[in-house]
Amino acid sequence: MAFIEFENATVDFAIYNATGRSLKKNLLRVATGGQIGADERGRVVVRALENLTFSLNKGDRVGLLGHNGAGKSTLLRVLGGVYEPSGGRVRIDGNVGSLIDISLGIDHEASGRENIYTRGALLGMTRARVKEHIDEIIEFSELGDFIDMPVRTYSTGMHMRLVFAVSTILRPEILLMDEWLSVGDEAFRHRAEARLSSMVEATHILVLASHSRQLIENTCNRAIWLEHGKIRMMGDVHSVTDAYFGAVPTAAAA
Amino acid sequence: MSDIAAAVRRLPLVGVLGWQDIRQRYRRSALGPLWLTISMGVMIGTIGIVFGTLFRSPMGEFLPWLASGIILWGFLSSVVNEGCTSFIASDAIIKQLPIPLFVHVLRMMWRNTIILGHNLVILPIVFIATGKAISPVILVSVVGFALLVVNLLWVAVLLGAACARFRDLAQIVASVLLVAFYLTPIMWLPRSLPANVSAYLLDFNPAYHLLEIVRAPLLGQLPSAMNWGVSVGLAIVGWTLTLFVYGRYKRRIAYWL
Repeated sequence: MAFIEFENATVDFAIYNATGRSLKKNLLRVATGGQIGADERGRVVVRALENLTFSLNKGDRVGLLGHNGAGKSTLLRVLGGVYEPSGGRVRIDGNVGSLIDISLGIDHEASGRENIYTRGALLGMTRARVKEHIDEIIEFSELGDFIDMPVRTYSTGMHMRLVFAVSTILRPEILLMDEWLSVGDEAFRHRAEARLSSMVEATHILVLASHSRQLIENTCNRAIWLEHGKIRMMGDVHSVTDAYFGAVPTAAAA
Repeated sequence: MSDIAAAVRRLPLVGVLGWQDIRQRYRRSALGPLWLTISMGVMIGTIGIVFGTLFRSPMGEFLPWLASGIILWGFLSSVVNEGCTSFIASDAIIKQLPIPLFVHVLRMMWRNTIILGHNLVILPIVFIATGKAISPVILVSVVGFALLVVNLLWVAVLLGAACARFRDLAQIVASVLLVAFYLTPIMWLPRSLPANVSAYLLDFNPAYHLLEIVRAPLLGQLPSAMNWGVSVGLAIVGWTLTLFVYGRYKRRIAYWL
């Protein structure tokens, strides 16, 4: 049973300027006098997320709204288990899958087939499991004989079709997305759309960050509006999108 | 601790990524990592002739000593050096996927073990050329190698975390390794040292003990009790320290990248 609970979760990034990153300077400072602590070690702290409290249950389709830098990507990374919050508590039950940066780990000199295995291993699939699905992946990506050619010879569209086909094999309980994936030409797009929709349907909890009102309203039933790392508004999808896009009329028209 | 256990469960991933690194070196290059072996072989030959003549060491003894020393040192130093960057180099993966961090250290270790396998080809050639007999003691080196790897793993984890935070530490480590290369008996034989100096350069040199538990059996001798003792002790103390530091700072590593 997928379940997510945030309790006053805070994420702080300490920015180490040239002074902090360098061991030598740290040692020199110790040598030149005990000013440590006077300026809190000269560190600048960026608070990316502040005191987030919410819980998500099975069936929740959550849209993340907010301007650039509002903390959407950081929140997705916390949900994905990459960052552990520097304050507060986060509980995530259920296996998490992410459709963010699906090209990660692709080796351009290796063939498409080799990359399917590498990418599958990164996503936590066993070799046997990839083997089970490999024909399906190759068929879906429509790469034909190109599957045994180095990925560097692929066009952008072919590349996207390959990584899309591999990444959508999984059926995670919690799915994270940063904007909807749209790949390939017209014909392929329809099949991709269908596959992505079935993946979204199968997942227990979806968290989707987007700037598109239409996408959020069509896909989600709840929404969270982040502003400066804090929750500005949270609730039913239409009331949040009305408030968010209402404040920015040009975005609503787009 | 749980990170390390989780990484062990992801061993297939370590294998895939490690092989990918090696295959990358083979692409568009007929010899791939064997180029490194060739240059190492040339280096051994050159140093062997120059220093062997300089120190008036008999070639039959000096060349196998030098070859095994340089090959093992090459492994040790590249593991330590690349250990410094194992987290930094994988930052794209670390910041995107919740893969146990220890996987990246194991990947680096596996890659270097494969390269060591390539370089080991030099040894039989040297042994045949110098007419050195091979004794069954050589099998002990497998145990020694396992202990060496256990030690290098904690060094790599500790340095990897420290270097992610303090970026210029990697440069310091590289210089220290270079100095250690000359201080450790690789290009010279221990018995050419005066007795009062040898205590410092040998007994207090952890690199010497770690090297000796693999090199001595390769050359047909058993490592001394002190070699074993120091290596086991280092592993225990090192891992205790590393688990403490790693347990404390592991969750910060993603923030430092």
